[in-house]
Amino acid sequence: MYENNQDAVPTLQQLTFSLADEEYGVDILAVREIRGWSRVTRIPQAPAYLLGVLNLRGAIVPIMDLRLRFGLERENYGDNTVVIIVAIAERLFGIVVDAVSDVVDIDPAAIKPVPDMGAVVDTRYLKGLATHVERMVMLLDVEKLMRPEDVETLDAALPAVQEVEVAA
Amino acid sequence: MSAVDLTQFHKTFFEESREGLDAMEAALLALDSGSTDHELVHTIFRAAHSIKGGAATFGFSDVAAFTHVAESLLEEVRSERRAVEAELIDLMLRSVDCLRAMLARSSSGQPVADADSEALRGELMRLASGEAAVATVVAPKAAPANGWDIRFVALPHLLQTGNDPLRLFRELQQLGRLEVRRAFVVDRAPARLADLDPSQCHLGWELRLHGAVARGDVDAVFDWLDGDCELAVEAMAEETPAAAAEPAPAGVPAATPAPAADPRPARETAVASSEGGSIRVGIDKVDALINMMGELVITQSMLSDIGENFQLSQLERLREGLLQLERTTRELQESVMRIRMLPIGSVFNRFPRLVRDLERKLGKQVKLELHGEHTELDKTVLEKIGDPLVHLVRNAIDHGLEMPAQRKAAGKAETGTLKLNAYHEGGNIVVQISDDGAGLNHAAIVAKAQQRGLIAAGQELSDAEVAELIFQPGFSTAAQATDLSGRGVGMDVVRRNVRDLGGSVGVRSESGKGSVFTIALPLTLAIIDGLVTAVGHERYIVPLTSIVESLRLRPEAVRRIAGGGEVFHFRDEYLPIMRLHRAFGCADAITDIERGIVVVIEDDNRRVGLLVDELLGQQQAVIKSLEAHYRRVQGVSGATILSDGSVALIVDVGGVVRLGRRSKAA
Repeated sequence: MYENNQDAVPTLQQLTFSLADEEYGVDILAVREIRGWSRVTRIPQAPAYLLGVLNLRGAIVPIMDLRLRFGLERENYGDNTVVIIVAIAERLFGIVVDAVSDVVDIDPAAIKPVPDMGAVVDTRYLKGLATHVERMVMLLDVEKLMRPEDVETLDAALPAVQEVEVAA
Repeated sequence: MSAVDLTQFHKTFFEESREGLDAMEAALLALDSGSTDHELVHTIFRAAHSIKGGAATFGFSDVAAFTHVAESLLEEVRSERRAVEAELIDLMLRSVDCLRAMLARSSSGQPVADADSEALRGELMRLASGEAAVATVVAPKAAPANGWDIRFVALPHLLQTGNDPLRLFRELQQLGRLEVRRAFVVDRAPARLADLDPSQCHLGWELRLHGAVARGDVDAVFDWLDGDCELAVEAMAEETPAAAAEPAPAGVPAATPAPAADPRPARETAVASSEGGSIRVGIDKVDALINMMGELVITQSMLSDIGENFQLSQLERLREGLLQLERTTRELQESVMRIRMLPIGSVFNRFPRLVRDLERKLGKQVKLELHGEHTELDKTVLEKIGDPLVHLVRNAIDHGLEMPAQRKAAGKAETGTLKLNAYHEGGNIVVQISDDGAGLNHAAIVAKAQQRGLIAAGQELSDAEVAELIFQPGFSTAAQATDLSGRGVGMDVVRRNVRDLGGSVGVRSESGKGSVFTIALPLTLAIIDGLVTAVGHERYIVPLTSIVESLRLRPEAVRRIAGGGEVFHFRDEYLPIMRLHRAFGCADAITDIERGIVVVIEDDNRRVGLLVDELLGQQQAVIKSLEAHYRRVQGVSGATILSDGSVALIVDVGGVVRLGRRSKAA
């Protein structure tokens, strides 16, 4: 599904973080800031993984819990819990992760497509898999992550609609 | 070639030209209503002249050519060789419209001239040549020669008038291939280099323009230099016929008039570009800001003085300093906001023309009165209020005011009066559109509403309820509106637009006497006065302007109605209770109505009681967008940052009231 995504990774530097004992990576160029957990303001009618918004130097930034977004158990927030603020096309949002690990260089040629893991793990938000010092790093597709689910549903429906149009 | 990129000035040119056209229009309308002030003619002429000059400078040759013809007509009026006639004013007003459209097309990079503009230019030319005693400038469109020999000698002050020979050459180049045969220094140039004044020009050129170019087009290029140069233009000597057919150099695309494009995208682009536009700020406003800034600096140094070596005895001075800081900050804030404020006159100005056109079209007589043009509004509000106002004015003339004969029969003056008034009231700007026409036709509105299924047959309605009907979506569609003597052409759209600006619109009408539409708008969109309320762990801001009262209810005051809704008695009516904790899903909130506080909020004369835990106090809230990084949330108009740095959401009163009313109806 993501065979062509190697081209879409312009840089090879990834910020890695841990989530439920797994190692994930996010493009360092998308990362704006790393901060400790602080209380957020809840937003009505938001999905459960969207914890709320916080004030980032005057900007109102939504914060999501990545565990909840991936359908994992919620963990209590502790001293290591951090919020990674990422930006896509000037839109900011924060993701809550268990802990930040390192900044690593990834060889783009070593990035493998995500295999179909069935219903166990939600692979929709991954760009690919990479190996760093014998450990697997799952590369996060930040852009997909911040899109609301209704948009995703629409996107999924779009090809079918276009086919109908072509047929008509 | 010149190193200055002229495109950076295009925006200013478009803005100034639009202002010029507005001035032209206003002066033309004044002339039309019988004024004989000679200064008006000068105003019109000056505006046309500036637009022409600017258009030529920036290479909008179609605009320049069009304005040129109009200007030469005006010149005749100015020198009293031509009388101001209705036909001329009509033509000029249409030219103003045409130029507006042309400018809009140029600003969006589309072909500028179209069939309309060419036709109108023809009409202007015919008027100029047909009747004028002296019609010199109008040259035949057909090119008589294969090219032109131009001898162009600049007078010393040429550069000081803002003219640039390079620009001229560039323009000529657009007409055809330009060959510089000789460039020379004029005899009058100082002999010694030390005497040379760099701001003076002592150069002359002999140029040859190849190609089938009309003499008028060549003249148009130099027209702006009248009195600044010596110029001789002659048909090219027949010696190089081969070069004549050569096209313009590839790097300089010739401005060819293209057929009319779909005008729609042009308009849309123009609107889009105006949104990020600029503001002209009066010097006094800037000076006020600088003053305030000075005070702020003084206060700051005073405070840091105290802070450096603080002793308890200085507590009083510290308190004073902080007070001063607060005062200055508030003033500074107000001054900064004032920069965004522009007089509503800029919107009102379009109405004399609109009224004039409608008068002619409908055969009615209307006297337009404008009041409070100097009332200032936020720029964003101002830009968006224009269309709703046009709608209301159009409606008032179309449906409100009667035909002269009808008015006479009703014992009223044949000329109807339409009044536009803008004024401050509380934290709002109020704009009123009132007419002395027939008023709302209740019977017709009720009949229409029944036909559309908005109300049941035989339902008794109060005047206010009938008036409310015209704002209902689906009450009227444009196609059928004209058969109806009542009003309501897209009034739901007007209401929606005003609501989007945080305002409200209502109508009062008296049969036979007229109607008054009242639009209330917030002063600014950026800051509101809010009441901070607590619901569970969350804080919500309720805009102060929409709060009627806050009260604690006794248990017996609350009634539960079938279907689970709750209402309470408040000033002779039953209001639905909207539990904010339920609507927003807050945990740990007070659920006993008796223990919480009910804040009565109002939107469009509809009220609901909002249940919150407690009131925490009043605060000015700087509105931050949720959409910038997230998305729109129902019932929330934005967010703000509290003094402790945390985020509080601002309640969208209109949305919450609608939500509350719906749950009551359900």
